Amino acid sequence: MKRRKFDLAAVPGKTAKGLDERLQVATPLRGLLNKVFPDHWSFLLGEIALFSFIVLLLSGVFLTLFFDPSMKEIAYDGAYPALRGTEMSTAYASSLDLSFEVRGGLFMRQMHHWAALLFMASMIVHMARVFFTGAFRKPREANWIIGIALFLLGFLAGFTGYSLPDDGLSGTGLRIASAIMLSIPVVGTWVSASIFGGEFPGELIIGRFYIAHVLLIPGGLLALISVHLGLVFKQKHTQWPGPGRTNSNVVGERMFPRYALKQGGFFMAVFGVISLMAGLFQINPIWLFGPYRASEVSSASQPDWYVMFMDGLVRLMPAWEITLPIGEGYVIPPLFWPAVVGLGALFTVPMMYPFIEARRMKDNKSHHLLQRPRDAPERTGVGAMAFTFFVIATISGGNDVIADKFHISLNAMTWGGRIGLVILPPLAYWLAVRICLGLQQHDREVLAHGVETGIIKRAPDGRFYEVHQPLGPVDDHGHPLPLDYAGWVVPKKMNRLGALAPAVKGFFFPVEKPAEAPVSPGMPPVTAREEREEITSGR
Amino acid sequence: MTVVKEPHGAHGAGEEPLDLSDPRLSRFEIVREGARRDDIEIVTYESQFPGPNTRAEKRIERSVALLFLLAGLLGFVFLIAYIFWPWEYELGHTTSDYYTPVLGISLGLALLAIGFAILTWAKKLLPHEVSIQDRHEAMSTDEDRQIAGQTMLFTADELAIQRRPLLKGAVALGLTPIALAAVAPLVGGLIRSPHKPDHGQDPPLFRTGFDPVPNEGKLVRLTREDGTPIRPEDVSVGGQITVFPGIPHGATNQYADSPTLLIHLRAGDAAAARAATDGDAKNKGAMWGNYVAYSKICTHAGCPASLYEQQTNRLLCPCHQSQFLITENARPIFGPASRRLPQLPITVDEEGYFVATSDYREAVGPDFWERP
Repeated sequence: MKRRKFDLAAVPGKTAKGLDERLQVATPLRGLLNKVFPDHWSFLLGEIALFSFIVLLLSGVFLTLFFDPSMKEIAYDGAYPALRGTEMSTAYASSLDLSFEVRGGLFMRQMHHWAALLFMASMIVHMARVFFTGAFRKPREANWIIGIALFLLGFLAGFTGYSLPDDGLSGTGLRIASAIMLSIPVVGTWVSASIFGGEFPGELIIGRFYIAHVLLIPGGLLALISVHLGLVFKQKHTQWPGPGRTNSNVVGERMFPRYALKQGGFFMAVFGVISLMAGLFQINPIWLFGPYRASEVSSASQPDWYVMFMDGLVRLMPAWEITLPIGEGYVIPPLFWPAVVGLGALFTVPMMYPFIEARRMKDNKSHHLLQRPRDAPERTGVGAMAFTFFVIATISGGNDVIADKFHISLNAMTWGGRIGLVILPPLAYWLAVRICLGLQQHDREVLAHGVETGIIKRAPDGRFYEVHQPLGPVDDHGHPLPLDYAGWVVPKKMNRLGALAPAVKGFFFPVEKPAEAPVSPGMPPVTAREEREEITSGR
Repeated sequence: MTVVKEPHGAHGAGEEPLDLSDPRLSRFEIVREGARRDDIEIVTYESQFPGPNTRAEKRIERSVALLFLLAGLLGFVFLIAYIFWPWEYELGHTTSDYYTPVLGISLGLALLAIGFAILTWAKKLLPHEVSIQDRHEAMSTDEDRQIAGQTMLFTADELAIQRRPLLKGAVALGLTPIALAAVAPLVGGLIRSPHKPDHGQDPPLFRTGFDPVPNEGKLVRLTREDGTPIRPEDVSVGGQITVFPGIPHGATNQYADSPTLLIHLRAGDAAAARAATDGDAKNKGAMWGNYVAYSKICTHAGCPASLYEQQTNRLLCPCHQSQFLITENARPIFGPASRRLPQLPITVDEEGYFVATSDYREAVGPDFWERP
């Protein structure tokens, strides 16, 4: 009897074959492995948000193992001496225990908080990238809307999250949230009473926020992120214009081997940065704030940075109260306008923007090539306007700290913010449009006349002129033939043309052979147009 | 090490698919054929080095290896620190203060080392590639669209809801209550009326802990946070103190609307304040001597308006910088607050302690729609 030899080397092949017989995965897997992704540094901003979200899920699960979302009052008897004997909610006490009595607990708490801050920041920067390059245009309107919904969910996740420890600062935030609910006309008191289970603060809110923060909102985020990525996959990524790149192809790297590996390395790097921040930079030191007391607040009470714009708008709002003289009289408090109407508009108007722009431009086509911000001056202007508005509102959210540190009158800061909020955004629009037009003109100038060489010549008649290096062919007199603008970087310096040798690379010692002229997809070499057409028509 | 130099025409029209059973095919050729079948043209796939085993390649290999080893070392440091570094909180400046930073530095640098190792590997060692994939924008043909549309319309035709009005009505009337019934228990349980009387008294929306009715009709004392009552001489001239209703749990968040600021005004300011108070229908007679008590809960967003400026008699809310002038019925003079702070009518009882003669005469706290 012959014993069959067990062939270890054949195991992966056999397993793969078995899998394919049952699930028919080989063909779709080939497509997946081969999928081409265009590469540019600005396409990685959304990835930072995704990676921070993964870190949030990991660290958040750890925190739930120790946190107790109960508002039952107890006397603290833990490791932090300054608060011993103080009456506080169980939620706050368990957050203190998490910081002081769980090995590595403070590290995880700070990692969770920093990851949340990075999540929001990278979402905003990613959104700015998508906006300023026109990546939201048809057919990607749905993904733009999902992106804004993701920001709103992130905002809610952040707010419910930093309310959970029930410290002095988060209680104040909850109090303001309750006031915002109360300010809604007609139903305000009902909304507040229903959410808080009676009058503020009640005994339910931390438990309710807890389930929202650990289940409902992350569930929504996870679902929307899946759809967001699925759509990116289905519709394929946009790309910058460049040699060989058209509206109907994707030029880049296949997912494997290089692209996926780079993503993995980038995830580790983001995770590493968050870990460094979590270890080195203190965030939300709840033990300094004390438990929430309705009668106590300190100055410099600021929310997390992505909520500060809203706090700023609330601070800047003039005291305009609307009284309706019906019956005993009804009131619309001034808080309603910035906090409910303002926030609602800030989330819904941007959702409409792709359709507004398409309508204005009478643009019904699908766009897969990105636009440089300078090539869409009006859009860039609108973006600059929105960004200025956001920055002024955010700065105003900390105007008391600025007033204190720089010895400025607090009232002057408020008035400065009020006036700035009205005047500066239109100014930013005008400035951005002018800069865009100027940059456009400079591009066209170089395409028409060539690059300035810095060489001054003197003609026999005594005239001085600068020699220009044409970018393309010249006519019989040596004048450059005008080139069309291709929607991408126009070289404006001689060293970008290879007229100067590229710098020798290497940090401690140079590599033996200087690198060739840049060939990365983001920095394509300059080639004449005919060649590009040949590549595309060859397809 | 494969160099492809055939930028166009490699997959021209009518070209036969490669015969994969050909044993002479290299692995890369099979990969490229696979890509072609997905309408992907690998235009460039070339090594970043002029030949195999160049010095430059070796050096990058060594630095990648070094980064991985560094990551391992730092991971080990993290583990050692996690287990052996003193971590339990101690008062004062101790080594346990550095527990979190040590964890952060070791783990953060370890992860960064792994990240850079992988990135260097991918960016410096793997061949440089340019591939072109077709987008296939117009996926469905007009015929497919027509078929899909007609199929859906066919379903509607078969159900024939249009020509069966009885069914239409029955479906609408039958399903609406079911849908509402599904939502009702989810939402209905949450709804709480803010106007429902609480234990036989006014709804808490318009009431604070200073209401004498739940206190068996006795006037409620003004107390400190620890529950001790306050005599007039306890507050110095120009001074102020936060007071709470002298009832069980009066100083807790259960009575979040009740914190009140008791201020002992200087004689000149007190005269001005009294003139303003007595000239106001609601605040008339609310002061006692040179003492005045205002709700500490800001009428804007409910933060405690706790910063009292003695020289100007202004009260500032640190949350949104609303400012109230105490000598003029605490009317808002700056910032987003639009309503004055309610005044608590006070007097001194027979034992010489401050009491509230009644509850607040206006609703306390942030403004709302149906505030009378």
